[in-house]
Amino acid sequence: MTRHTIQLKINEQTRTISVDARKTLLDALREDCNLTGAHAGCEHGVCGACTVIVEGEPVRSCLMFAVQAEGKTIRTVEGLAQGGALHPMQKAFTEQHAVQCGYCTPGFLMLTVAALEKTPDMDDDALREVVASNLCRCTGYENILAAVRIAADDMRRRT
Amino acid sequence: MKPAPFTYHRPLNIDEAARILADVAEHDGRIIAGGQSLAPMMAFRVARPQHLVDIDEIVALDVLCIEDATLRIGARVRHSRFVPGAIAGPTGEIFAKVMPNIANYSVRSRGTFCGSLAHADPASEWCALATLLDAEIIARSVRGERRIPVSAYFDGAMSTTLAPDEIIIEARIPVLREETRTGFYEFSRRKGDFAIAMAIVAFGVENGRITSPRVSVGGAEAYPRRIREAERALDGAAPGADAFAAAAEAAAAAVDPMEDAVTDAAYRRDIVRAATRRALEQAMQ
Ligand SMILES: Cc1cc2nc3c(=O)[nH]c(=O)nc-3n(C[C@H](O)[C@H](O)[C@H](O)COP(=O)(O)OP(=O)(O)OC[C@H]3O[C@@H](n4cnc5c(N)ncnc54)[C@H](O)[C@@H]3O)c2cc1C
Ligand code: FES
Ligand code: FES
Repeated sequence: MTRHTIQLKINEQTRTISVDARKTLLDALREDCNLTGAHAGCEHGVCGACTVIVEGEPVRSCLMFAVQAEGKTIRTVEGLAQGGALHPMQKAFTEQHAVQCGYCTPGFLMLTVAALEKTPDMDDDALREVVASNLCRCTGYENILAAVRIAADDMRRRT
Repeated sequence: MKPAPFTYHRPLNIDEAARILADVAEHDGRIIAGGQSLAPMMAFRVARPQHLVDIDEIVALDVLCIEDATLRIGARVRHSRFVPGAIAGPTGEIFAKVMPNIANYSVRSRGTFCGSLAHADPASEWCALATLLDAEIIARSVRGERRIPVSAYFDGAMSTTLAPDEIIIEARIPVLREETRTGFYEFSRRKGDFAIAMAIVAFGVENGRITSPRVSVGGAEAYPRRIREAERALDGAAPGADAFAAAAEAAAAAVDPMEDAVTDAAYRRDIVRAATRRALEQAMQ
């Protein structure tokens, strides 16, 4: 077994933590960095509640070991709002009632933000396909889709 | 659950990775590529490797290109790379048709093509495609390099002829001829779930007749295979409902379907029949 002292670049801050090799990025964020926005749902890759953005890609943080993220740029839901202003995706989720219990919400936000940053002009089928990657047990998805469509327009206007 | 303890290695080149793996293979040391199958297995403690050799920092494994009519796919190439247009011609088309059916958007941004071949899940789309396209698996160890034809590669469900100290560094795939038509169909109960069965097909059409037909069926048996009976039913026939129905019937008859708690053999056989017919129909669209 090995223990590693690693530097993680999270939401534009560098943090140095010491973790066992077996610690997932999800647990390191929650337990060692006090960033509890990424949620632990299934812990085996199925639900997406733990989604964060690593080097621009949406990643299930329960399927990545923290040591593997050494030196990589990580974004979590805590870094989405800028100076008190909600990200367009957060705003749309609130206004479209895309949140019920909220357990899945940080994962959906990071998933959809990453996908739209990579491909801003996704058509509706592609958006549905992206949203189908994560599980929501409350909303029935229609309001999530409505929010993502609106945020997609908003994000395109801002760039 | 949380994974059991292990020692983590992060080699920076292929030789170093092969050396480390040679040392740790006998202690269930393993390669980790995308981690999208291995990490869940470790979370369930179905896998408890004592060493992980992470090949994710080896830039030389990033290769994705066509050279001398051969598609080269390095061990760090992720599922999400196979978007439409990434690879030229009908070979690229079939990769792009298959890719969105694997898992989900986030898993595809980390999981790798070669990792899928190494994991050898019976329902792996890439394993079925590698079988269709006569892929060659390039395995590297301290003992040297070995080229394994896909026909001699799988030897059971999640089992291959790769030795514990061998790393797949690359898959090589002869590209399809320019006019080749391709089709893919799979059935799974939920979006992104593993398929109950799938079919991938490729063929040419010359003077109204099917030439060089290939049919690969995955998910039905312990590992994917070419179904020669279905290929024979297509060879030289006029493309259309009759030939496709005959090939679908031949595929359904040829497979020896796996059974599980919710899927019996007869049901899986039906899915093979439907998937083969629909893949063939798609190839004509
Ligand atoms: C929710 C979910 C749904 C999924 N759905 C599908 C699906 O529908 N279809 C599908 O095909 N897959 C599916 N997968 C699995 C996914 O495609 C994996 O990415 C793939 O099976 C393994 O690739 P990897 O790079 O992640 O390998 P890893 O998880 O890193 O490794 C898997 C195994 O292969 C070995 N290995 C990996 N690379 C090499 C190499 N280069 N040389 C030697 N050994 C190696 C490892 O030691 C390990 O035993 C799903 C996964 C999840 C979490
Ligand atoms: S907690 Fe990571 S996918 Fe469910
Ligand atoms: S809002 Fe409850 S799980 Fe999505």
